[in-house]
Amino acid sequence: MKNFKGAAAAVAALALALAVLPFSAAKAQDFPNRPVTMVVPFSAGGPTDTVARLVAESMSRTLGQQVVVENVGGAGGTRGAGQVAKAAPDGYTVLLHHIGQATAATLYRKLPYNVLTDFEEVGLVTDVPMTMIAKPDLAPKDAAELIAFVKQNRDGVIYGNAGVGSASHLCGMLFMSALGAQMTTVPYQGTGPAMNDLVGGQIDLMCDQTTNTTGQIKAGKVKAYAVTTKQRVKSLPDLPTFQEVGLPGFEVAVWHGMYAPKGTPPEVVTKLNDALKTALQDPKVIARFADLGTEPVALDRATPEVHKQFLQAEVAKWKPVIEQAGVFAD
Amino acid sequence: MEIFDNLALGFSVAVTFQNIFYCFIGVLLGTLIGVLPGLGPVPTIAMLLPITFGLPPVSALIMLSGIYYGAQYGGSTTAILINLPGESSSVVTAIDGYQMARRGRAGAALATAALGSFFAGSVATFLLAVFAPPLADLALKFGPPEYFALMVLGLVASVALASGSVIKALAMVVLGILLGLSGQDVYTGTPRFTFDMLELADGIEFVALAMGVFGIGEIVRNLEDEHTRTVMVQKVKGLLLSREDIKRITGPILRGTFLGSFLGILPGGGAILSSFAAYSIEKKISRHPEEFGKGAIEAVAAPESANNAGAQTSFIPMLTLGIPSNPVMALMIGALIIQGIVPGPNVVNEQPNLFWGIIASMWIGNLMLVVLNLPLIGMWVRLLTVPYHILFPLIVGFCCIGVYSVNNNAIDVFAMALFGVVGYVLVKLDCEPAPLLLGFIIGPMLEEYLRRAMLISRGDPLVFVTRPISATMLALAAIALIVVLLPSVRRKREEAFKE
Repeated sequence: MKNFKGAAAAVAALALALAVLPFSAAKAQDFPNRPVTMVVPFSAGGPTDTVARLVAESMSRTLGQQVVVENVGGAGGTRGAGQVAKAAPDGYTVLLHHIGQATAATLYRKLPYNVLTDFEEVGLVTDVPMTMIAKPDLAPKDAAELIAFVKQNRDGVIYGNAGVGSASHLCGMLFMSALGAQMTTVPYQGTGPAMNDLVGGQIDLMCDQTTNTTGQIKAGKVKAYAVTTKQRVKSLPDLPTFQEVGLPGFEVAVWHGMYAPKGTPPEVVTKLNDALKTALQDPKVIARFADLGTEPVALDRATPEVHKQFLQAEVAKWKPVIEQAGVFAD
Repeated sequence: MEIFDNLALGFSVAVTFQNIFYCFIGVLLGTLIGVLPGLGPVPTIAMLLPITFGLPPVSALIMLSGIYYGAQYGGSTTAILINLPGESSSVVTAIDGYQMARRGRAGAALATAALGSFFAGSVATFLLAVFAPPLADLALKFGPPEYFALMVLGLVASVALASGSVIKALAMVVLGILLGLSGQDVYTGTPRFTFDMLELADGIEFVALAMGVFGIGEIVRNLEDEHTRTVMVQKVKGLLLSREDIKRITGPILRGTFLGSFLGILPGGGAILSSFAAYSIEKKISRHPEEFGKGAIEAVAAPESANNAGAQTSFIPMLTLGIPSNPVMALMIGALIIQGIVPGPNVVNEQPNLFWGIIASMWIGNLMLVVLNLPLIGMWVRLLTVPYHILFPLIVGFCCIGVYSVNNNAIDVFAMALFGVVGYVLVKLDCEPAPLLLGFIIGPMLEEYLRRAMLISRGDPLVFVTRPISATMLALAAIALIVVLLPSVRRKREEAFKE
């Protein structure tokens, strides 16, 4: 029953906050004195939403105010991000976005906000590794054979992804660019239907987050070749990295970061960042992240400064890959 | 018998005070949000996810599932009473259910919906328990060509939804397809009809369109004529079903259950199609097809059974394969992950408590729903006696909240208002909105599956006829089309509508 009381208290707090809203001129030192909204620019239930809810729950305990997750899906995450970019810079609206924050800068040519100048970075949260998986009866036995197979068959290989701008789309583009070979790309609306067609053998290959693939790999419903990160993944210790099998520099992970609107007072950003860091050390968060096949980033990467540099580097990394593929989202 | 051991395990999990309590909370909330126009299970479950943090996984999933199938029960209520389908599955129920209500048979329509849903829910849960793994394998055999054929069949059948002019119905289907194609192209990312607005990048929201053309349009039309309402209220009679009614709904409920159970396991459009398909089949084989569109009780029984059966069987791919077949199932997977359970094909073996506990709770939940809903029918019908000047602003208010809650997008509220006007114009032109909605749902899927099938087959159109499932469905579609177009049949059809 404790939980219902907690929820009731949250509702009461929200109502109270709304009632006193016009009078509570935001003073940075007493931040937060009302609930904080964490915008997730994707629909509820997806991997990013799950990461956000775990972090929000822990941050609520640290900040002493509820951190409420609001799903503002649509347009590959740019609608929610745009909403936060234009929100009041008082720290009560924050964004939890994934790698799409960096790729949107190139994928969308008419973006109504600037990825690099319209936000205060709060910190990096986690990197979710990706895995290259295939239908169970695809011929290659290991990752090295797969690379040779794709180079030889080129557009005879059918690669499924979850739509323009999705993580699986990015991984596929990077893979093709690294191999210098084009596969036939078949987009789906989300990972679910693509996974269905992969397990059913309608398509050959897909690269997706461990969140979505670990269960299928362990059950032997798909064939796994390699992970896309620099190091091997703890939950899938037998899978080599692409770097090990001859693709030097190949690295892609679905990283997640937190942002506040530009102009948010530095003290407020610091408070948010402290709460984020506490969440990243929370044993409950660490345990759940492990189930997702990931772990919180090291604390020295979870700072606003490091995240800012990292975001700039990511924007620069994906720009040529996307432009070379010539696929844009608008 | 392994199945009995498993079910015994399931009931031992589900029949504890705590789990019965959460099951009850779930179905009660589900009924409530189903009745409130526009508020659907997706935002409700999303809001409740944080509460499930502290619950054991089985209780959490039992409650969330209850919300989902409870909403299917409740969703038919507003569709029947005020022509307001809050979800795609109750669009078809609105056609004849609302006509029944206008003829004073709201109680019978609601009772039919509740009984049909209960029967379908129980049978589908049984199928889920016994045949989940083989059914899931069947779903995997459906590739893009099969889906394309299924959509073609659905589109041909949609013409049967119209009770008036076939030409107008076709025009409505095409208009629906055009509206449905707005938004970003899945294959190239090219935006269509978005006027450079990010809010429109994902196309027009179905809930906004459905509530606009059905609900708001109907309200505007009612404002014209204060008298219709009084007539309607005076004629309210017989809340429950007569023996004749029960005889007429038995067949449709059985067929609807079968169809819904099968289509529900298909990811994507399966569950949506089931209620449309059930309606079309009943109309084709009915001895009084002329009543369809004017309040035929079969036309409430079949689609309601189909959509509830589909709601239960859509758990099959989620529980046995770890693949979500619709947004609600995606949320369930999110809830599992938060609970520390990695969704995938191993859940059945590694978490038998969870799998069988949920299945057992569905039986209990369906029983609770029918006990909850039948006595409420009298109260819902009384709702019709609330004066217009109180009822209408309330409905419009709930619609706005509901449609906003889908995506937290204000554009959707404006879209609903606009489609309200469109709905009114359509009523005035004698054009029916149901084919428009079907075109809206099927059109984009038809395009998506066609292009996907062609990409995978490298442009070889023969793929549609060399694969047996796809070839069979296309043949059925061709036969249906010929039947509709044969002059003699058409004449008979027109005569039937003149009556």
